[in-house]
Amino acid sequence: MVGRILGSVAIAATLVAGGWSGARAEEIRIGSVVSSTGPASLLGDPQKRTLEMLVEDINAKGGIKGNKLKLVLYDDGGDANAARTFATRLAEEDKVAVVIGGSTTGTTMAMAPVFEDAEIPFMSFAGAIQVIKPVRKWVFKTPHTDLMACEKIFTDLNARKLSKVAFLSGTDGFGKSMRDQCVAAAPKFGIEVVHEETYGPRDADMTPQLTNIKNKAGVQAIIIPGIGQGPAIGVRNYKQLAIAVPLYVSHGVASKEFIALAGEGAEGVRLPAAALLLGEKLAADDPQRPVVLDYTKAYEKKTGQPVSGFGGFAYDGFMIVAEAMKRAPSNKPAAIRDEIEKTKGFVGVDGIYNMSPQDHMGLDLSGFRMVEIRKGDWVAVP
Amino acid sequence: MRASAMTTELLQFTFSGLTVGAVYASVALGFTLIYNASHVVNLAQGEFVMLGAMSTVFLAAAGLPLPVAMILAVLISMVAGLALHRFAIAPARGADPIALIIITIGASIFLRGLAQIVFDKRFHSLPPWFGAEPIVIGGAAVLPQSLVVLAGMLVVLVGLWLFMTRTLFGRAILAASNNPMAATLVGINVPVIVAATFLISSLLGAVVGILVTPITLTSYDAGTILALKGFAAVMLGGIGNPPGAVLGGLLLGLAESFGAGLISSQYKDAIAFVILLAVLLLRPRGLLGGAALERV
Repeated sequence: MVGRILGSVAIAATLVAGGWSGARAEEIRIGSVVSSTGPASLLGDPQKRTLEMLVEDINAKGGIKGNKLKLVLYDDGGDANAARTFATRLAEEDKVAVVIGGSTTGTTMAMAPVFEDAEIPFMSFAGAIQVIKPVRKWVFKTPHTDLMACEKIFTDLNARKLSKVAFLSGTDGFGKSMRDQCVAAAPKFGIEVVHEETYGPRDADMTPQLTNIKNKAGVQAIIIPGIGQGPAIGVRNYKQLAIAVPLYVSHGVASKEFIALAGEGAEGVRLPAAALLLGEKLAADDPQRPVVLDYTKAYEKKTGQPVSGFGGFAYDGFMIVAEAMKRAPSNKPAAIRDEIEKTKGFVGVDGIYNMSPQDHMGLDLSGFRMVEIRKGDWVAVP
Repeated sequence: MRASAMTTELLQFTFSGLTVGAVYASVALGFTLIYNASHVVNLAQGEFVMLGAMSTVFLAAAGLPLPVAMILAVLISMVAGLALHRFAIAPARGADPIALIIITIGASIFLRGLAQIVFDKRFHSLPPWFGAEPIVIGGAAVLPQSLVVLAGMLVVLVGLWLFMTRTLFGRAILAASNNPMAATLVGINVPVIVAATFLISSLLGAVVGILVTPITLTSYDAGTILALKGFAAVMLGGIGNPPGAVLGGLLLGLAESFGAGLISSQYKDAIAFVILLAVLLLRPRGLLGGAALERV
């Protein structure tokens, strides 16, 4: 009797398992953890929308090599602890083949060890260089590093023959990391840091700091490494105090919203930004022009919102992974990882990617454009 | 020459500190009003500031003229204040003050979440009333909007003072704050008074939120830090003391701006809180908190 029950249970279990595995063969699971709500939602929200749009698009076209994609997406609310919990769930329960996302450096660094252990390729949208240096076997990223932003700004300062700078940096992770990278890279470009101030991410007024910078003799340019509303307030106060020296902000504020928030003070402010920002203003022969315009058009049609650089990181990340999956001999995580690392000459919205075992980002300075804000719009600085 | 440059600098810090301080003061005043009437520390006070500002932004974006949007936004915030009392505080009447404080924390999280869905998650600004061109006062560049904020605070303070001391209803609020039991005995409806303080506090918050947004920008989560700073201002000035709340707010703002300007921007917040700690060590009831506050 017991044997018969056990037997039928076993048969049922086999049937269920068989049915499941049959369904799974048709479907590649892609995991993602982004900060689509909370303080980093400005980053995570367009990333979530971009990923959903791209998965839908690929599935509508028949999937990758006939396999449909399934996006398993969690929102960490900008909290690194939550990100780590979701990362564990993706690895252990959802059994995803690849993970795309991690909106901030904080959430990415919290998740990276989980995917290193589980041996799942992880394509992050985090800015800081720590994500890929030292190289981790399973971790990749798409955005330019903050070090590259510094180098781009310093190159521009050299061209303008300016060498003495003051920093007004955010005390958040982004601001701190970029400030450190900039200060470390400054001597190589003959740049001297003559004064430093900081601001808190929620500060509503920075006139005291900027007054000090204004009164400091010899400052030839101001750099505000930061993200979110801070740099916009800084730019407003810079205008309020009628400071005459040029002002640079980071690639972290490259959105139309920043121009609107910073108001008239933004006129003449320069920043390094991806080609995506320039859109139609890219030269006709620019290799990135078609991909930038395609993504912009699709995203704006789908969401009714202007495209943002943060969504662009997700676009590049997803497309690199999708291309790798097309080339990979199987849908196993290891096979996908090997192909991601072999990405060569992939033209994305942030630049042209050439990955290698030593470089898990694959961008050089050419992907970055120095832009200036003029009359509420971006203009490329030659 | 050197001295005058220094004066200009100090003047700049003062204006900066007063503008930010006025916001803290208004939040602190909102705390105090509700605390006096009901012993609830309403940690959702910052959310009223956010609601006023965000509602104005979105109503104006929907095509309403700015003044209409502002008035409607104040009303929205007042409805939220009343609803907070009616649906969260009143049903828990008689609960421990700690429980009520936790309820207000819940309410603030709820309001923030709601704002995130109803509005959006981006930062917004409002056009300044009298342009963005700064006025130069003694060498310091001051935004016209800063003067609007300060003037607005003054109007609110005088209005509130007149209301409290010259109208029957205002005096009833004072009476209920001083001694709820005695107030009840002379026929004052204390629950109505408590509801009224929520209404006034939300009005205060919304007004300052609208006035200050052209300078500080706003977003769905702008209220959290304001509640924290406003609470620090209350402690600094003496809990339960309205002039103390205003003084505490302004001092906190000034401490931040002078701390950032003269000592180090890195430790700006720390400086403000060290001052707070020092005051609390020397005068545990805050600067203006008297012994009369002892309640049984």
